Amino acid sequence: MLNVNNLTVSYGQSEVIHGINFEAKPNETLAIMGRNGMGKTTLFKAMMGILPNGAGSVAVDNKRISGMPSHQRVASGLAYVPQGRMIFPNMTVKENIETGLETSNHKTVPMEIYDLFPVLHDMRHRKGGNLSGGQQQQLAIARALVSDPKVLLLDEPTEGIQPSIIKDIANVLNQIRKLRNITIVVSEQVLSFTMAIADRILVIDRGRIIHEDLRENVDTQKISRYLSV
Amino acid sequence: MEGMSLSEWGSIIAMQGFAGISLFSVLLLMALGLAIIFGQMGVINMAHGEFMAIGAYTSYMIAMFVESYAGWFMDYYFFFAIVAAFFVAFLAGYAAEYLLIRHLYKRPLDTLLATWGLSLILQQILRSSFGAREVSPPLPEWLIGSIEIAEGLEIPINGLVVLGLTAAVTAGVFYLLFKSRWGLRVRATTQNRVMSGAVGINTQKVDRVTFALGCGIAGIAGAAFTTIASTGPTSGSLYIVDTFLVVVFGGAASLLGTIASAFSIAQAQSIMEFFMNGSMAKVLTLLTIIAILMFRPEGLFASKIRK
Repeated sequence: MLNVNNLTVSYGQSEVIHGINFEAKPNETLAIMGRNGMGKTTLFKAMMGILPNGAGSVAVDNKRISGMPSHQRVASGLAYVPQGRMIFPNMTVKENIETGLETSNHKTVPMEIYDLFPVLHDMRHRKGGNLSGGQQQQLAIARALVSDPKVLLLDEPTEGIQPSIIKDIANVLNQIRKLRNITIVVSEQVLSFTMAIADRILVIDRGRIIHEDLRENVDTQKISRYLSV
Repeated sequence: MEGMSLSEWGSIIAMQGFAGISLFSVLLLMALGLAIIFGQMGVINMAHGEFMAIGAYTSYMIAMFVESYAGWFMDYYFFFAIVAAFFVAFLAGYAAEYLLIRHLYKRPLDTLLATWGLSLILQQILRSSFGAREVSPPLPEWLIGSIEIAEGLEIPINGLVVLGLTAAVTAGVFYLLFKSRWGLRVRATTQNRVMSGAVGINTQKVDRVTFALGCGIAGIAGAAFTTIASTGPTSGSLYIVDTFLVVVFGGAASLLGTIASAFSIAQAQSIMEFFMNGSMAKVLTLLTIIAILMFRPEGLFASKIRK
């Protein structure tokens, strides 16, 4: 469903992603794990068209999207929950979700979004900037979901969020996957969260994928070693 | 000024205040467009005054045409002229964005120079086509004259009409910005351009329409301007400085601030002009604004939401 082929990304002269290859299958949840500074966010930004990629290509549902501006990638079925959530602080919760409707057939926010995130319905007239970190994270996921994506990208969804909410987010992601039959690609550092949602785990280190495991036979000790500083 | 009664003083202040209302109307229409464009794409449009002049000349040409060929339409042409002024300025703005501004988004300081150059070019085009002399369109009769509200207190009709027009346009802009799909896109792009693209908004298209719309509103200001003063090729540039003051003083991100600041600047200027000459009034207004901006650098109405 999502194919990344030999992708390289550079900041000026220095290459930070060195020819990454992976595939996320339909309805699979794939986790990309790695320490800070290993290229997770760079990889996600390049997939989303926020950073230009060098060589290689990205395809969604066999359609090449690399080279497109971000909004066309969204129209092609990609949705993005960025690191730091990046909700629009001066807009209400409802308006924030509505920005995601740009490429969808819905005219208004579908009720099932509020079923998934009841707290957003209660707060729909509050300013996004006044929400707590966990609520903003849910808002960012809701905003991405209303575009009816084929592939949902989440960049470190647990960063700076308290443990009880992390559990909620894991539940919601599992629910979304069951309801919508979509592919989820998530970057993470927290192994317990990854184990709760992912089918397969890749480990990224200094811009290369160095390890791959299915959840069933994951070697948690080995992965923990990769993740520790 | 001795020997004037209290009620005479009251009338004078009210009438000067009303003269200020006309200035307020034009400043507000200009500042609305400028503020939307600045808020949306960080472009300081030095050519904004020329888009106002384009609107004014459009209105003038329609008036001349109607006077020569369709005299019966004279009473109503003004409404048609407003719409035409909007569309001509809108199209000119759309073209300017497409041909010039969009290539410079990554160099905001250069847009300042580029739009200044554009303003000089437009001024020269206007001068070559209409001559350097100021022109005044013939006004429909109902726009001329004044209403006497109380004894010694007369209010000019053109001022009232321009005020009504400004109120309608301002309300329209508010509605568009806060209730429409386009407004949602504009506000999203203003707050976070990269993320707006990543939720699926075509930010380039939003930029182009927003820039054109801001210019279109300046065009309406131009049409309104023809009813209260005569139009020359440099009329627009005379207003651009005051308009910048309004935007900066009001806080670039706030429309309410723009309204409040347009009102206070126009009133201060107009009331003081009665007691001293025009340049002293301007100096005093400027000094006051500078003093206030020292204490409130983000303008009157700064955003209070955490980012």
